[in-house]
Amino acid sequence: MAETQPVLRMTGISKEFTAVRALSEVDFRLYPGEIHALLGENGAGKSTLIKVLTGVYDLDAGAVELNGEQVRITSPHHAQQLGISTVYQEVNLCPNLTVAENIFLGREQTAGGLIKWRSTRTAARRLVAKFGLDLDVSAPLGEYPLAIQQLVAIVRAVEGSSARVLILDEPTSSLDRDEVQVLFSVMRRLKEEGVAIVFVSHFLDQIYEICDRMTILRNGRLVGEHLVSELDRVGLVRAMIGKELGGLEELAEHDRPPIGDPVLRAEGLGRKGGIAPFDLDLRSGEVVGLAGLLGSGRTELARLLFGADTADSGRVEMPGGPVALRGPHVAIGRGIAFCSENRRAEGLIPELTVRENIILAMQAARGWTRRLPREKVDELVARYIRVLDIRPGDPEAKAGALSGGNQQKVLLARWLITEPKLLILDEPTRGIDVGAKAEIQKLVAGLAAEGLSVLYISAELEEVLRLSHTIGVLRDRTLVARLDNGPDVTEERIMETIASGGHA
Amino acid sequence: MTTLSASPAVSAAGRLLRDRRLPVVVTLALFLVMYAWGGYRYSFDAQVAPNLLVNNCYLVVAAVGATFVILTGGIDLSIGSVIGFSGMLLAQLVVVEHVPLAVASLIVLFVGTLGGALMGCMIHFYKVQPFIATLTGLFLFRGLSLVLSKQAISINEPTVSNLAQYHIPLGGDVFLSVGAAVALLTVLVAVVVLHFSRFGRRVYAVGGSEQSALLMGLPVARTKITVYAVSGFCSALAGLVFVLYIQSGDPLHGVGMELDAIAAVVIGGTLLTGGTGYVLGSLLGVLVLGLIKTIISDEGTLSSWWIKIFTGVLLLLFILLQRVIGARGSARS
Repeated sequence: MAETQPVLRMTGISKEFTAVRALSEVDFRLYPGEIHALLGENGAGKSTLIKVLTGVYDLDAGAVELNGEQVRITSPHHAQQLGISTVYQEVNLCPNLTVAENIFLGREQTAGGLIKWRSTRTAARRLVAKFGLDLDVSAPLGEYPLAIQQLVAIVRAVEGSSARVLILDEPTSSLDRDEVQVLFSVMRRLKEEGVAIVFVSHFLDQIYEICDRMTILRNGRLVGEHLVSELDRVGLVRAMIGKELGGLEELAEHDRPPIGDPVLRAEGLGRKGGIAPFDLDLRSGEVVGLAGLLGSGRTELARLLFGADTADSGRVEMPGGPVALRGPHVAIGRGIAFCSENRRAEGLIPELTVRENIILAMQAARGWTRRLPREKVDELVARYIRVLDIRPGDPEAKAGALSGGNQQKVLLARWLITEPKLLILDEPTRGIDVGAKAEIQKLVAGLAAEGLSVLYISAELEEVLRLSHTIGVLRDRTLVARLDNGPDVTEERIMETIASGGHA
Repeated sequence: MTTLSASPAVSAAGRLLRDRRLPVVVTLALFLVMYAWGGYRYSFDAQVAPNLLVNNCYLVVAAVGATFVILTGGIDLSIGSVIGFSGMLLAQLVVVEHVPLAVASLIVLFVGTLGGALMGCMIHFYKVQPFIATLTGLFLFRGLSLVLSKQAISINEPTVSNLAQYHIPLGGDVFLSVGAAVALLTVLVAVVVLHFSRFGRRVYAVGGSEQSALLMGLPVARTKITVYAVSGFCSALAGLVFVLYIQSGDPLHGVGMELDAIAAVVIGGTLLTGGTGYVLGSLLGVLVLGLIKTIISDEGTLSSWWIKIFTGVLLLLFILLQRVIGARGSARS
């Protein structure tokens, strides 16, 4: 297989969006009759690469060769003409049209300009059967479950344009196990017919089940291309996260303050498409860290606990009985605070002053009709500016003008002022400098020592290890393991847990 | 194991409620009930039914164009102005410039189509909301008609009056006008185009999901622009038909007619969000509106404003019906 010419070769691909480098000098090659996994964390550049390949984005630099000929792909339509078809994560078909129409849209058989519906439907029926599906092709696509829609999208992608290159961008994220098997059998059949398939998936098991080769991206750069048989899961996770295990600093010693009473207990809590049902205990004085790749469901878990998304299964108990977390206001009322990972978009309001930002949550908790007296506000704000060492210490400074670390502290102050029992921190140290990072970590440890329960989410394993008493490991939107932190828990072990799905 | 069979997992009742033809059937039922009731109360003669077409033929033509636009999820507010302008342009060309009627008609149709296409370009390439883009058309064409002449120009061309008075016999004393025949022909062509041509299917695809249509490799730009051109053409044709009906051009003809056309389309069961609907529904919508007019005027004691009130009530009901169907639709995804 390695002797044959690649059907597709992309070299030195770069793509920049206003000041953000989404791809820099990425190479990618694809052989006929192989299933090639494109891997990387969210934001690593997979989608951008695919969109460049399918003509949605124009590339800034680099070359694309198809069957040895240089091509410039200008639109999705052009890509299809060249034999590159794509099935996206979101089903990109028209739910208002029938299955048959969706398969043949734009390629209908016509006679004298009129569509021959009968033969179009017959052809659709035959095709669908060939792919192992049994559908009423004249029913509107929207009446079928997403999985079927996804498979119809593949039927369209493959058959219509006699695709030589088929790109499957996370096609399995909404499929259940059986449906995935149907998809895989379709993929194997296509592979035997010599179609080159690019497969994007967050599910490592699926990669190892179906793929022959993989290309790994990180931060818009190519990390490596490997045969699947040559790189084990730990190696893969390591390549995606980008940490060499050798160069890690020593873990800080854990003082273990006495862990107190349960603050919140989740049982079988889950949300379809967000996170699989999980059990989690959070106790006062305890820091629970969540580790996992980006997109593994960390934020989704936190949002459930805060009521930002509503759970569709399971229950939450807090001291005093079960709680229905119907929305953030309920969670806030029960003493849960949530610092969003996206502090600019979802938390901090840059146009308001530090003071206004700090009292926002407290005022919200009181209700807008009961305004806080100004002296009380000034006193509280001054106290938290002092305690958290927010700089500049001017309550009237615009929050947007502060550095990242200080903005984070303002957010922390906002929630601490409400005296929460449970503090959820989603990536509190992302994008802030090392010094501020250490300060925030110290603060968190201090808060826990004072009896606060903290749920700490971070992409940096080292940070999670340093702070947490207990570590929850997430993978593929499932909480796969809970590890009590101790000397035997290392980054290596967490990575292995992520790689093996907790079965190791 | 590798065969996955799936049937649309819906109960019979759910299936019925979700059937895209349901709103059209409802409109048809409404029309029949109203007609039966009106016929009983005011003893309609045989000419009443064809007269619904004869008296509203221009609106049928305009509603056909509006259906194309609304199916893509757009809107065209310029219809009434284009109708008024077309009549004025025809009158100006025929009466003042002495251009032969056939040539003048072709020019009018061309101008209407071009106007629609330009609005389509504005909407597609400059991402102007259809509402705003066609609002400019509304003002522009109305202004242009007033520039042509501030007064109505009556067309005394013998061909026009012959055409206007020509009766197509339907047996007995019943007849259709030329305008009504044109309207029916327009509907027929639109049905064929929407359901049996690639362009027609693209209209539905764009209305279903423009993003999907683009990623499916369909020429979305061409489709959207064509749709507005079709609406422009239909408006111009409606203008010509209106001239046959009224035998003059008046700069203030067709004011607000776009709203009647849109109302007819909605009552005919086409979703304003695009993607579902039928031209036949729009035809029925116009007939229902026409029937309201007939009944109110036969009643005699009610002022003509009651036409508007009933239209409003019907619109409300149909939009609520669409909501119910739409809610069913989104519940599954």
